[in-house]
This record gives sequence, structure tokens and C-alpha cells, in this order.
Amino acid sequence: MNFHLRIWRQASGSREGRFEEISARDIPAEASFLEMLDIVNNRLTTERKDPVAFESDCREGICGTCSMVINGVPQGPGRGAACQVYMRSFAEGETITVEPFRAKAFPIHKDLVVNRTAYDRIQRAGGFITEHTGGAPDASAILVPKAVADKAMDAAACIGCGACAAACPNSSAMLFVGAKVTHLNLLPQGKPEAKKRARAMVRAMDAEGFGNCSNYYACEAVCPAGVKADVISMLNREYVRAEVSEAVGAID
Amino acid sequence: MILDAKIPEGPLEQKWTSFKNNTKLINPANKRKFKVIVVGSGLAGSSAAATLAELGYQVECFCFHDSPRRAHSIAAQGGINAAKNYQNDGDSVWRLFYDTIKGGDFRAREANVYRLAEVSANIIDQCVSQGVPFAREYGGELANRSFGGAQVSRTFYARGQTGQQLLLGAYSSLSREIGLGRVTMHEHAEMLDLVLVDGHAKGIVTRNLITGEITSHAADTVLLCTGGYGNVFYLSTNARGCNVTATWRAYKRGAAFANPCYTQIHPTCIPVSGDYQSKLTLMSESLRNDGRVWVPRKAGDNRPPQDIPEEERDYFLERKYPSYGNLAPRDISSRSAKEACDEGRGVGPGGRGVYLDFSDAIKRLGAKVIEERYGNLFEMYGNITGESAYERPMRIYPAVHYTMGGLWVDYNLMSTIPGLHVLGEANFSDHGANRLGASALMQGLADGYFVIPNTLGEYLSTQFGKRPSTDHPEFRKTEQEVRDRVNRLLSINGTVPVDEFHRQLGLIMWNKCGMARDEKGLKEAISEIRALRERFWKEVCVPGNGEDINQSLERAGRVADFLEFGELMCVDALTREESCGGHFRTEHQTADGEALRHDDKYASVFAWMFKGEGNDPELVREELKYEAVHLATRSYK
Repeated sequence: MNFHLRIWRQASGSREGRFEEISARDIPAEASFLEMLDIVNNRLTTERKDPVAFESDCREGICGTCSMVINGVPQGPGRGAACQVYMRSFAEGETITVEPFRAKAFPIHKDLVVNRTAYDRIQRAGGFITEHTGGAPDASAILVPKAVADKAMDAAACIGCGACAAACPNSSAMLFVGAKVTHLNLLPQGKPEAKKRARAMVRAMDAEGFGNCSNYYACEAVCPAGVKADVISMLNREYVRAEVSEAVGAID
Repeated sequence: MILDAKIPEGPLEQKWTSFKNNTKLINPANKRKFKVIVVGSGLAGSSAAATLAELGYQVECFCFHDSPRRAHSIAAQGGINAAKNYQNDGDSVWRLFYDTIKGGDFRAREANVYRLAEVSANIIDQCVSQGVPFAREYGGELANRSFGGAQVSRTFYARGQTGQQLLLGAYSSLSREIGLGRVTMHEHAEMLDLVLVDGHAKGIVTRNLITGEITSHAADTVLLCTGGYGNVFYLSTNARGCNVTATWRAYKRGAAFANPCYTQIHPTCIPVSGDYQSKLTLMSESLRNDGRVWVPRKAGDNRPPQDIPEEERDYFLERKYPSYGNLAPRDISSRSAKEACDEGRGVGPGGRGVYLDFSDAIKRLGAKVIEERYGNLFEMYGNITGESAYERPMRIYPAVHYTMGGLWVDYNLMSTIPGLHVLGEANFSDHGANRLGASALMQGLADGYFVIPNTLGEYLSTQFGKRPSTDHPEFRKTEQEVRDRVNRLLSINGTVPVDEFHRQLGLIMWNKCGMARDEKGLKEAISEIRALRERFWKEVCVPGNGEDINQSLERAGRVADFLEFGELMCVDALTREESCGGHFRTEHQTADGEALRHDDKYASVFAWMFKGEGNDPELVREELKYEAVHLATRSYK
């Protein structure tokens, strides 16, 4: 198959970027989108041109390293990350636009590579259960109802890729933060720090320059891990409780 | 050189306890004075970094990804073993130990494996406390499933994303320590060399993959948690970035590399479909709980699977291994699939595939239960192949998945370089010649959470005040060598992309050092690799410069190391004149085609020492002493 790529090229964060037209020729229909980019890059290399920088690692949709917008959709069409998009889903000769995630809190490093350490910093603020290695009680000491464990798992499936913030008109990271708060606050083990966690993660999110949720749910539509926007409701509830609790000086 | 494994005295069941009772401790005030470098942030690296920081050590953690959460442990699907015996089905520490030793075809060190089985239960406790959402029964208890090579259900899982959840657990602990300022995290930092001062590992040299900056980092000890080398085959289930560079650089600085030829070919992967392909996708072994593996009885039978009547199907694993059936260990299942395809009975394009059929399970349990158990895997399969496994059998074929070999370590996880510790898949210690399913996660976390925090004191207690500064001439020298190497790669100015060399190396390795090996093929492989390496250094094209993101340069450095490492793998495979586990030498098989070990000559670890460029490596053996188990011929029949 053959395609026309309109692909974002930017030498570094401080330089201006632009779209470049590149043709992708003789691409097998079974190839994945990233394999198509590999083929294009190898051709650019032999022509002594600068290959397109893009990040990927596991190429099976779980590591969250992929970060690109394909035809306006972060992580591309269909469910899953960009690495799970296959060329057979495009039409012969189609023009495909490829650009990096766009969000103030995700500055561009080069071409399609952006800096997403903001998510790590939010995690560091409260996305954990304080637990000293070696001091844990027997795993079956606390029973967790299946429905609770399943719901926690739904939220914990987040791959931390940043597509939610990239899709949001407000560049909000609330799906990401909501997923972590929902996962940990639902479980009995996460209760002791529940309020502290919600407060700290939301404050860190604000400090990074992410916006607020105004109920577009574009995040849910693009989430490669299928995280549902109800985690945002859970986050709002946990956050309000935590702030009220702090305002009245209650014990956390 | 003599390898001293430092195995504690006493009966097997007492060794770890007695070690902990007698090992040297470092008091809390002194822990603060020691700096520990952890390279890698997968299960072993993250858990070690978090736990050591919690104990009070100053920790610096390095990963080449943009975030520690992206390490390849994240992709492990099926589960983690632990001798909890929650199912009351007869499991025990002894059974987990024995299954692991037997699964490894009696080529692992008893004391290490027993310790692994002992701490396995603590890992589950630890992870549950961290909030890992393991699968639960309706009553709220933890659920288990069975895995290959075991007759009990001891595998804990979180849907098909167990590795992800365990890694995110360790990452959350690590994040907490970073937030508290007790771990300094270096992302996008690739280790390119190890620095030795007076023969001790005292630091590393890294390249920042965003800015190209090359820097030195000094510490009192270095922990390599850098994973396996499966990508020497180019196509594997490993992530694209997985590489041998850190361990290979350590080897060239004096760390012995043990059993490099022990590689695991996983039986259930999606078959190769073309030469554009960049990686192979694993379908979790857990699928073999409910899927039945078969091929047509007749060679060249091209009918669609639903048209092949029951009596014309060969459920070859059930036929050959009735007591383990579809849950036979990985090496055996993979080889059986290869044999069926070699006989012309393979299915799908190119005839390199076998069926994994769920129709009986769907009839028995209903499609809904199957979806609950394996939904994400079926979806992944459908996405890649465009076929629905609910309607027709999956097509699967073996692919490279894991490497049991790695840097040699003693009981304390220290390599032959004093101060260099090696954890997780990067070391060689626990899986012998074949790893059982759901044991990699167990080992990575055992090493990081429970072993290294206890064994590190043995070395550090001798190292008060010995940390050099990065101004030491050895750092300057090593840093210059790294720069020279980067510049050399950039100045070749050839015309062939890096990937092309990697793909060619992969083909050599897969065809001649893959599921079946023989003397002729291995000798050919060695000369082909040498020729390819020579071509690489003349013809590779690495465009751009070293001062910003240059992914060709990153890959070129890794492929250059694979091109050296592949040769050592073949040398090891050639020297081990027996078949065991994942290492199958066609000259050494039983009448019915099973692996034939030669315990009298080869019940030992082969550790290879680097002896300078252009010289043959030196083989040093660690004899494996079996005191508690009796060496037996592995049978899963």
C-alpha cells in the first residue's frame, strides 16, 4: 500500500515546527502503523535524511511509551495505543496526518517526542500506598469483594500515556489522576491515605499546568486502556471530601 | 579463576534463615553514608531502589525510558507464582522449589531456588499491601490459576496484565521515595559503561538520550537490573528497547557471563507474518489452561480448521504428555510445535503455526467466562491478525521470550566484579536451562524486595569511606572511551540502516542458535556473525550527531553489542555438548526426541570471562552440587 504522510517535524522544543510531506511506499497491509514509520525511517536514513523521531517500546499497547496524534486522534483510530493501529485500517493512497501530543504540560522534545514527566511528578505527590517492605500482613488477611477489586483493576489499567490530556480541550489530566485515585482509594489498603492522596495529586496536577474537566469526555473516547470517565466523578468526590475535611480541621 | 558461590552452610531449608542471622548489618546512621546506583527500573530495579531507599541508603536510579513505569516488566501478562497454598491443593515451599529446579532441567543452583520459593509468599503480601488489584473470588479471597510445569494452582494474576500491575506497585513505591527525595531518578539515561576503581564497581557512565550529554556517576556499589538479551534474535516478544549493553559492558570489564545459550522460546506467540515486522506478540501461557493445541494429522492438510474432523486432528501435547497435556513446560511445548511444523503439518501462511483451540472450553464454560478470563488477549489477537479466536482457533508459533542466562552472581547476587550486583533477568541464577511460567515476576521482585536488602551489607560493610569522586582518573578515562565509541559510530558514514544488521543477526541466531542447535550450524553462525560485525563497522549508516535525540545512534550502540554478544552465545551453545531445557542440541536426544542431558560432564554453570578483544573468552565452571534433590530425567508424560 502507499500513503501520503503529513508529519510534524520539529528539531527541538525551542525551534519552530512544521508539517512535512513524506510518502510511504510499498507498505504491507499487515504492518502496524509504527512498522510503517520504521520503513519510512529506514528509507530516509539511506537517503541521508533525518529520520522522524518517535517513541515506542513494547509495541503491544501496554507500556504507554507511544505518544502521537494520528488524523487528529491521540493514539490513533480504534481502541489501543498507536502501536496497535494497523495499516489495513487505512485506504490506499490516504493522506495521514501525524503530530505530537499537544498540551502545555507536555513540551515537545523533537518531532513526535514529548516530555511527559509531569505525570510522574503527580504520581510522586500521592499516587502510592505507604507500605514498608517486609511489614505486610498476610495477603488474605483483608478480604476484598470481587466487585471492588474489579473496579480498582479497571482504573489501574491506565498506561500513563497522556492521551487523555492530549485529547482534552482543556488539557486536563483528570482521567489519569482519577484513575489512580479510584484504584487506590477503593481498596481497603488505600483508605488510610485516601484524603491526603486526592488532595496532593490534584494540587500537583494544577501545579503542572493541566486544566480542569468540563465534561467533554474526549479522554474516555481516546483512552487506549479503556478507562471510563466515572473515575473523574470519583476523583471529584474524593477531592471535595478531602478539602472539606482539611478546611474544618478534621483528622485525615 | 575459581567461582565461589558463597552458599551458606547447613541444610537447604535453613540456609536463608541462617544467612540472615549471621550476615553483617549496617546501622541506620551508616546506611545514609552509602550511595547505591540502580540501573533499570523494571520489577527488580524499582523494587530494589524503593526498598533500599526506605532502608536509608542514598539511591540513584537510571532508566532509558521517559518514565520508570515503562520498563518491559510491564508487558508480562499471565501471573506470578507463590507457595501460598491458598487452594489447599498440596502446594508448599518445597514443591515450588522442586518444580522450579525440575522445570530448569536441573541446571540451577539449589540454594538460590529454595530461597526464591521461600520469599515468594512475602511478595504476594507485599504487593497486596501496595494496592496491586489481584483477581479475587466472590468471597473476597485471592484467586489462582495454573501454569505450565506445575500440578497445583499457585499463580496469582491481575487479568492478563499482571506484570503491569506488579510494576506499577513497585513504581508507586519508587515514586514515593523519589517524592521524599530519597531516590534521585534519572530518566532517558542509558548506561554505556561501568567504571571500576581498584577493581571494584564504583560507578557508571551514561548518555542522556534527549541532550546527548555523557556523564559519570559514582557510588559505593552498582546494581544492574537491566533485563535480558532476547533481542539478539531481533524478533522476540521483548520491547524494542531491550538490550544487552549494560551487562555486556560489565562483561567486558570483568564480570563473568553465565550460560548465555539458555534462551526461552515461548510456545504461544502470534506467528511471523513478514520481514517488515518489528516484534512478535506473546499470547499468555495462561491461555493453555483452557485452549487445546493441535495440528492436522496429515501433512499438507489445508482445510479450514472447522472442516477437519476430530479424528483427523492431532492434539500433540495431550498425546505426548498425557499427565501435563497442554500445560507441558515451555521448552517442550515449543519444540513439539516446531516438530509438527517441520513435518509439514503446520497451519496458516508459510506453515509455521499450530492451532490453539478454545471451542471445547467455550462449550464447557460459555463464551462469557472465556471473555472474562482472556478477553484482552482475544482482543489483542483479533487486532493483530484480523481473526476472532471465539470463532476459529488461534494460530500460534514459538518466539523468543526470555533469557535464563545472564551475569554470574553468587548467593549475595554479586558478580565476579566486587561491588557489582545483578538482579532479575539480568542475572543467571534461578531458572537453570528453562524458566517456568509466572516465575520471572517472582524472581525480579524477590531479588529487589527481599534478597538484595539483606545481602548488600556483606559487601558494603567492607567499603566505608571508599567511594571515589567522579574526578577520579578512571571515570575520566571510561567517559572518554564512551565518547570515542559514540563518535566512531557517527563517523562510519555507511549506507545500511542499523535495523538491517539487526535483522540479519536475528536470522542467524534464530536459524542456528534457536530452538534446535547443532555443531555445524553453530560454527557457521560464529563465522557469519564475525563477518556481519565487520560489515557493520564499515557500512552502517548513523545519521545526525550525538548532541540531541538520535534514535539511530541509540540502536547502533545496542546492535554493536548484540553483534559481539551473539558470538558468545553460539560459543556457549557449542561448548555445552548436551541438551537441557531451552538448549536443544540435535546430536543429544533420546530415542523419542526428548532432551538428553549429560550430568556427569555438564551439571555445571558455564561462566565466560572476557580476555581482551580478538581473544577467545575463558570458560570457568561452577559445579552444581545437588544435596537435596536427586537428578532425574525430566518427564511430563
